[in-house]
Amino acid sequence: MPVSVNESGIPSEDTVTITVNGKQIAAAKGEMIISATDRAGVNVPRFCYHPRMKPVGMCRMCLVEVSGPRGMSLQPACYLPVADGMEVVTDSEKVRKAQDGVLEFLLVNHPLDCPVCDKGGECPLQDQTLAYGPGESRFVEEKRHWAKPIELSDLVLLDRERCIQCARCTRFASEIAGDPLIDFFSRGDSTEVAIAPGEKFTSYFSGNTVQICPVGALTATPYRFAARPWDLEQVESTCTSCATGCRVVVQSSSNQVIRYLGVDSDPVNQSWLCDKGRFDFEAHRAGSRVTVPMVREGGELVECTWAEALRKAAEGIGRAMEVASDPSSAVGVIGGARLANEDAYAWAKLVKSVIGTDSVDADLGDGLPADAVLGLPKATIDEVCSAPLVLVMTPDLRELAPILFLRLKAAAQSGRTKVIELTSVGTALGRYATETLVYRPGEAASLVAALFADSDPKPLAAGMEIPPIAGVAASDVARTRALLAGFSSAVAVVGRPSLAESTEATVAAVAALSAARPETRYLTVHRRGNLHGALDAGLAPGILPGRVTLEGGRSTFAAESGWGRVPASTGMSTHEILRSAAQGSLGALILLGADPVVDFPDHESEKALSGGAFVVAVTAHLCESARRADVVLPAAMYAERGGTTTNFEGRVTTLGKKVTPPGQAWEDWAIAAELATALGSDLGFTSFDDIAAERTRLVPLFRHFTPHIWNAPSTRDGVLLPLATAPVGLTGAPRALDPVATPGIGSLPHHAVRPPSPSPLFAGTGTTGPSGAVASPGAVRFSRPASPPDLPAPDAYSLRLVAPYRLYDCGTHVVGSAHLAALAPVGTVRVNHYDLDRLGASTGDTLRAVSPGGSHQVVVEVDDEVQRGTAVMGFNLAVAEGSVSARSLIDLSAPVTDIRLEAHR
Amino acid sequence: MSGTPRTGAPFIVTSRTGDATRPPMEEGHTLNAYLASGGYQGLRKALTMNPEEVVAEVLASNLLGRGGAGFEAGRKWSMVRPNPVRYLVINGDESEPATFKDRMLMERDPHQLVEGTLIAAYAIGAAQAFIFIRGEFALGMERVIAAVNDAYRHGAIGANIFGSGFSVDLVVHPGAGAYICGEETALLESLEGKRGYPRIKPPFFPAAIGLYGEPTVVNNVETVSNLPWIVSNGGAAFAALGQGRSTGTRIFALSGHVVRPGNYEVEMSKLTFRDLIFDPELGGGVRGGKSVKAFIPGGASAPWFGPDQLDLPLDQDAVGKAGSMLGSGSVIVMDSDTCAVRAAWRIARFFHRESCGQCTPCREGSGWIDKVMRRIEDGQGREEDLDLLMDACDNIAPGVSWPPAQTTICVLGPSIPSSVAWSIRMFRDEYLLHIKEGACPCP
Amino acid sequence: MAGLTPENLARARETVALYPQPRSALIPLCHQAQAQEGWLTPDAISQIAELVGVSAAEVRGTASFYDMLHLEPVGKFLIGVCTNISCMLGGAYELLAHAEDRLGIRCGQTTADGTFTLEEMECLAGCDGPTCVAVNYRYFPNQDESTFDTLVDDLAAGRLDGDVPCHGTVSRVDRTVTLMAQRDEVLAERAASDRARSERQAAKEAKG
Ligand SMILES: Cc1cc2nc3c(=O)[nH]c(=O)nc-3n(C[C@H](O)[C@H](O)[C@H](O)COP(=O)(O)O)c2cc1C
Ligand code: SF4
Ligand code: FES
Repeated sequence: MPVSVNESGIPSEDTVTITVNGKQIAAAKGEMIISATDRAGVNVPRFCYHPRMKPVGMCRMCLVEVSGPRGMSLQPACYLPVADGMEVVTDSEKVRKAQDGVLEFLLVNHPLDCPVCDKGGECPLQDQTLAYGPGESRFVEEKRHWAKPIELSDLVLLDRERCIQCARCTRFASEIAGDPLIDFFSRGDSTEVAIAPGEKFTSYFSGNTVQICPVGALTATPYRFAARPWDLEQVESTCTSCATGCRVVVQSSSNQVIRYLGVDSDPVNQSWLCDKGRFDFEAHRAGSRVTVPMVREGGELVECTWAEALRKAAEGIGRAMEVASDPSSAVGVIGGARLANEDAYAWAKLVKSVIGTDSVDADLGDGLPADAVLGLPKATIDEVCSAPLVLVMTPDLRELAPILFLRLKAAAQSGRTKVIELTSVGTALGRYATETLVYRPGEAASLVAALFADSDPKPLAAGMEIPPIAGVAASDVARTRALLAGFSSAVAVVGRPSLAESTEATVAAVAALSAARPETRYLTVHRRGNLHGALDAGLAPGILPGRVTLEGGRSTFAAESGWGRVPASTGMSTHEILRSAAQGSLGALILLGADPVVDFPDHESEKALSGGAFVVAVTAHLCESARRADVVLPAAMYAERGGTTTNFEGRVTTLGKKVTPPGQAWEDWAIAAELATALGSDLGFTSFDDIAAERTRLVPLFRHFTPHIWNAPSTRDGVLLPLATAPVGLTGAPRALDPVATPGIGSLPHHAVRPPSPSPLFAGTGTTGPSGAVASPGAVRFSRPASPPDLPAPDAYSLRLVAPYRLYDCGTHVVGSAHLAALAPVGTVRVNHYDLDRLGASTGDTLRAVSPGGSHQVVVEVDDEVQRGTAVMGFNLAVAEGSVSARSLIDLSAPVTDIRLEAHR
Repeated sequence: MSGTPRTGAPFIVTSRTGDATRPPMEEGHTLNAYLASGGYQGLRKALTMNPEEVVAEVLASNLLGRGGAGFEAGRKWSMVRPNPVRYLVINGDESEPATFKDRMLMERDPHQLVEGTLIAAYAIGAAQAFIFIRGEFALGMERVIAAVNDAYRHGAIGANIFGSGFSVDLVVHPGAGAYICGEETALLESLEGKRGYPRIKPPFFPAAIGLYGEPTVVNNVETVSNLPWIVSNGGAAFAALGQGRSTGTRIFALSGHVVRPGNYEVEMSKLTFRDLIFDPELGGGVRGGKSVKAFIPGGASAPWFGPDQLDLPLDQDAVGKAGSMLGSGSVIVMDSDTCAVRAAWRIARFFHRESCGQCTPCREGSGWIDKVMRRIEDGQGREEDLDLLMDACDNIAPGVSWPPAQTTICVLGPSIPSSVAWSIRMFRDEYLLHIKEGACPCP
Repeated sequence: MAGLTPENLARARETVALYPQPRSALIPLCHQAQAQEGWLTPDAISQIAELVGVSAAEVRGTASFYDMLHLEPVGKFLIGVCTNISCMLGGAYELLAHAEDRLGIRCGQTTADGTFTLEEMECLAGCDGPTCVAVNYRYFPNQDESTFDTLVDDLAAGRLDGDVPCHGTVSRVDRTVTLMAQRDEVLAERAASDRARSERQAAKEAKG
């Protein structure tokens, strides 16, 4: 039966009609009155209600008159579901009296210190008091007093006198974040929010409590007293701290980024942000920021003009190009995931057409290969979170993509989605998963094969036990296999679970799944913000912009109206580029916001920059690698440039430029354009729009993707490429930002990235296209390796290394943000107590780790979440004096890294 | 005196038949004494019946809940949603000021409570029952736990009770000191190990979504203590006592300025408040021969009555119609020397201290009212305070009438005005005198 | 600081087993921890959190809702004077003032020697004997100034040790029987009896 959809977007068979203030409106069966009135544009004041959390009906601010069996009565609009024929009155004398009353009661114990309160000017309590409140307070008694702000954590402070006990923060912590570390304490009007003695509110999501607090009770240390709301300007943007692509507003004052707030983007972050994304804006003004071009003179980096830096860079690159027969073996380019899509396109053109090298790689040996990211059938976050069954083969998503973790957790908790997790170490998702199978690092492929085999494994001989598979008990495999067999269409979230296992090992697991269940769709997750956008622009060996292979795109791009030329053959990956540089056979190396010295999972990565290659670093921060470069070109950061970005779903969203780059930093596309000129060529770009226009013209994937698409309200959440038709339709009503859900967004003037200009092009309706690969000839396809890599047999004395990402690490953004830097853990090697006892060692001891990278000191720690025979060390963490970080232990050319721990002598 | 049996004061009678088979209360808590007086015969009889026949007897008895709301027990049982998992929770949190009947029932006749609980469990088909006992009731807790231990060994609880094939577990759960946990949904939260926050009705009617989200019956201690008698003697015998909807006997907890404060079990509807207070065998009159200035007919949550209402019968509907409630069955008597402001303030202070804090009007309103009342009693009042108090009451219970409307989740909120608003209405002059003289004028 | 002793830990596990969901045991376990230490030590809170599967913040938050659960140490004898309406009408506030004088502390405080803590209580359901005083929740009704003094003397001298157990002991009687084991069987039996009930119902309706 066709389901018709009414204006409000609700299928009509689930619709009821209610009367609000005499007007009939449609509402979805089961929804609360308040969401129906919100949609109808009827404002009902509220405090405790938050559209993204279960209602509690506590504050009583939303009382409205509702018809019932015993006539009209006051009921909480946030807690009463609509019923057909229900009559609701929101503006009667009785309602106003009740609202007046509640507000007056709320102010009874409120300090009314608005002039010194961070929230003053964007405070729902203040705003609603003006709109609905009594003229003045009749309260003349002594107010409740608490000691002024107390620290809930390093990031969040609590002023209890201002708290109105709405329980938004405590509910967020337990219900949404799953970190019930704050709770109400005491009773009645002594109720306060508190933590347990000796504990802190250490949650990756703590900043959200500050965002949703409807008063000034919770404040964030990085924002405190930084600005007054009326001084703030804001622009909508997309967070690129990880690849989830959460929608945010960037707020600034006096050309300084001051605050990020999460925007309620239904398909992505649903208003939440992780603390890293929220607070790493301090990196914009970090001391390590590069603001002036520099060249190496007499062994030192010295400041110079752009002209000179460009000239030097062009010289170095030109020399390398001259001596080599094939530019792909002479010039390597690493990075690009930091760029906006348009920057990436300009760089791709510079690199592949002007310089002519195909040795460019935005992936730093830590993700899935480009053919997997671009070529596997895609699933969106929504599809993953509404699937009945999801297979998750990723690192701990709370560390890698915190908001994706929240979405999956919510899906699992709702009972809608069963999560089956394959992992080598315990993850935060494990608590919510239906099954967690812990396999031996590197051996996911054989586990996947067994899970999808036609039958259960047999014992080797009658009467013998069935041996475990990849370290997983046969009974667990059988149980999970049965569960998987019950689901016809699988959805999988895949990513590189550990940087100590090679890409091949991960790809083999994906290949096993794709062979067994070809219909599977994938959400490929990676850490680097705009990796997908960089790959879409062709910043990887063997591909051209638009998810096509070098061969597939050659005719278009090499043509005269295109780029003129493209590389002749497939170039090197990052690992190969670095190896070639280390061996002294690379002429020039361009680092595009990449820091391979510390950020590449191989013990030899450091050597690359001392092999004699001419190094150009395009960077915002003077990172380890940039310090060793010959030319350093200062680039604009996140909030300093516009354009678009692409998350791991392949969703393209806008970036907002809010502040100007410091000093002489330039946007990356401009650097590409000028470098091309210095190289005696011309990219043909003098503006962003030039780039977008060429891309739309040349790249089928970007067909219909014009700047105008952002005028449609439905594209606020981004678009999935390719777009099926132009124009993008006006489906769905524009979502009003709820000023009480996120105070500080709605109360500010809100300007979209581009002012809407009505265009005749967009009068019709259409929809965004299906997610997936381009159907054009030459599309990148996932290439299944013939067989999984050979793994060394586990030996009794070795520990297999797992090097997972940690949210707070030594990346430039964390290090550059003082409030976050303090939260980064120290890197230790964590092992099961059994393996440590054997060595007679205990937590805190320094041991010798013998690895392919040599023999080094490490500090060990007992962690029984770690399996026996496994060692876990977070990647890119600071370590104790004299010991080494995970990178120094990893051998990326082997499928897995085994290490041996030895007591010191 | 309608032949209702009573023996000595302060006292309680748990047999309605007037026969002398029941042991004296002081030893009545042991299993042997209970068995000797015919204990557990009601349960044995119930187990020979179908559960719905037991429900039918209770429906016939028209037993009204004794916890405060006065809902028919049989009807409540019939409303439990069908679902193999069902819970029975007995409310022994008795904390309504001036109510002390459940404590005596638990301390003095714990086996009767256990037997009644088991009958109720059988009737609704619960496999797990809890008796939630107010934490402060240390002696009651000890007696009921001992009774449960003995009853298990006697074969009355656990698997296959008395060989009937019916099984039920019974766990005694201690409260920890919070009046609001007497409210049935807060009680369930507390029993789930949480802060005692009342749940919102709808949708959280225990019979539909109760303990752990499963259908649950919550009954008061006194309510179920009636069941052994009702099953043994038949619902009709119970219904023959009393009048109209107020059937059977009921225990009234009488306190305040009376000569003989105590629990009195009397036939419902047949006596008046005047009888209860003045009968020499009951309250014995007002202390010092003074007159009644006011009385509260149903616990601290109930609106006050003046002497002109003394002749109302002890009847749920009659009291309801007159603008208050029989509530928890506790009658507080204030003599002519009582300071109405002070008495009302003390009750307001109670609600302030016991508000759970969820709802703004209750949390903040109770504290505000407490402070203003205190100020008036201390002689620091202003004339506009009276209007302010009435308006604050109106913002908690719009209209300030009975039964109350409410802006809050549970009815603790609208209980706040019961003493404050009604005392202002009844004794406005006395309030004004406090304000004018700048002191409490009472002796 | 002290957590539960091994015996009490074992007892705590038995208590958890009494409930369909572990968190239900949170308050009983708080009582048990208090029976041992007189108050809820941070260690005990962490232990209880682990036993019932919640965070320490949730145990603390829940416990703090309840008047009987103490997050700070209290005296050996917790003397509670009810001042609610019935006792007030019988002179409770006068007695409370006397108690403050007699003990030399204000309401809510503990004597320097840690023997007595004085609290103003809400109605203890001892209204037939105003003023009702509870010592470690053992009731002493009908108190006046002179009986109160005697009570305090007796407590201090240990003469009431038999009647008044150490603070935190809610019940000196323990549960001695375990639950029936076969929950599933019982639920099956319950489902069967539900079916029988609806059949009887149907039969009745067919007849009527
Ligand atoms: C604030 C408040 C306190 C209550 N306290 C008690 C109580 O202490 N004991 C009790 O049995 N019922 C109390 N009740 C009533 C219970 O919610 C519930 O109606 C009763 O336990 C049901 O049992 P019954 O039907 O047998 O009366 C209270 C209700 C409210 C609103
Ligand atoms: S009315 Fe008072 S006691 Fe009842 S839920 Fe609201 S705040 Fe709590
Ligand atoms: S009660 Fe509805 S918004 Fe708070």
